[in-house]
Amino acid sequence: MKPAPFYYHAPSSLDEALGLLRDLRDEDAKVLAGGQSLMPMLNMRLARANHLVDINGLRELDYAREERSGLAMGALTRHRTLERSADVARRIPLLTEAIPQVGDRQVRFRGTLGGSLAHADPAAELPTIAVALDAEMVVRSRSGTRTVRAADFFLSFFTTVLEPDELLTEVRFPAFPARSGCAFLELTRQLGAYPIVSAAAVVSIDDGRIADVRLALGGVGETPIRAHGAEAALRGQRPTLEVLTEAGRLAADDTDPGADVHGSAEYRKEMAAVYARRALQTAADRAISLPLDGGGLGRG
Amino acid sequence: MRLNGVAYERYVEPRRLLSDFIRHDVGLTGTHVGCEHGVCGACTVIVDGQLVKSCLMLAIQARDADVLTVEGLARDGGLHPIQQAFHEHHALQCGFCTPGMLLGALSLLEENPNPNEDEIKLGMDGNICRCTGYYNIVEAIKAAAAALMASKV
Repeated sequence: MKPAPFYYHAPSSLDEALGLLRDLRDEDAKVLAGGQSLMPMLNMRLARANHLVDINGLRELDYAREERSGLAMGALTRHRTLERSADVARRIPLLTEAIPQVGDRQVRFRGTLGGSLAHADPAAELPTIAVALDAEMVVRSRSGTRTVRAADFFLSFFTTVLEPDELLTEVRFPAFPARSGCAFLELTRQLGAYPIVSAAAVVSIDDGRIADVRLALGGVGETPIRAHGAEAALRGQRPTLEVLTEAGRLAADDTDPGADVHGSAEYRKEMAAVYARRALQTAADRAISLPLDGGGLGRG
Repeated sequence: MRLNGVAYERYVEPRRLLSDFIRHDVGLTGTHVGCEHGVCGACTVIVDGQLVKSCLMLAIQARDADVLTVEGLARDGGLHPIQQAFHEHHALQCGFCTPGMLLGALSLLEENPNPNEDEIKLGMDGNICRCTGYYNIVEAIKAAAAALMASKV
């Protein structure tokens, strides 16, 4: 099918884009970035827009900036750039592990970091990772700039806190703690499909015990779920199979998955526990296998 | 827009998909439309060196771009080595997915001139085939890689 008619705008600067979004805030305008999620919906008429604001001309939003506290990336950074970035591999290896599982090769050429987060599919990889890592979203409009934590950014299925006149411009990922390992695992029936459930974990080990842990699950609710209960139970514990299995169960208990053609709610909850445990196990193993001298990050 | 090196200028609605522009406004019907929502990859083309699904781009987004379609592969009446390899290894049956496969293979081999079997399968994950079972496609791409490397010696 073909999209319904719309007015098309292609701003050439961020300022121009923000002005357009403000002027069109009551006119049912949608932002077009990579188009890998929006265009299928427009083509199938699952979504309609009166105006499309194409931000692909905003090259100033495609960047990575090292900060002492972590890595900041422009919203228009393409998945392919993230996938091949040495800075990302060094500082946010969870992204490097997950991005090859996002869509397929064509999708990764066009799809963007900001687009994936703003689209807010609760099964998608990048929102789950943003929640796991407490990423911060920088949101701009003509009225000003605000920073929103990932935990507050995602409201529901395909719904974020973004107002019609706002644009996600930057995403800040905090640096990993030293001596940590990470893992991203997803259950999917075929490569490139949206995960049924996914788990993102970062574990740091000190003297054989879990010093710090991050765990988030995707595909198990209206938004990615941060497993606070499991994290609290894990801190200070040795990463044994029993401990991690219990943590997986705690994480799954915090979820409220829906059912669809890919899986029942019970199945998703069961798989959430399994994938949480596996991700924790892999992250812990990678942390433990780090060389004793110096820090470094354990990654796949 | 430059398509296979030739400049074209057309007036289109904003909602005109690049796939339909190529097929109907320019008349190059080698690019096929399978699912029209970005899953099958039959519509795959190369825009400014990027492998993209043309059903997920608006024609106007490719304004001033260099677009390569399957028609741009053959030179001087002779098949591109990738096309030759697909022919020799029977990597097509109905041929519907083939233009997307050829461009996908071209893009993959530009990035990785000597991929192993797993790298080929992963690198072609955006293109679906209903006929062949993929085995001969993988074999053809291996052969094409070898042929391209040999021709650079």
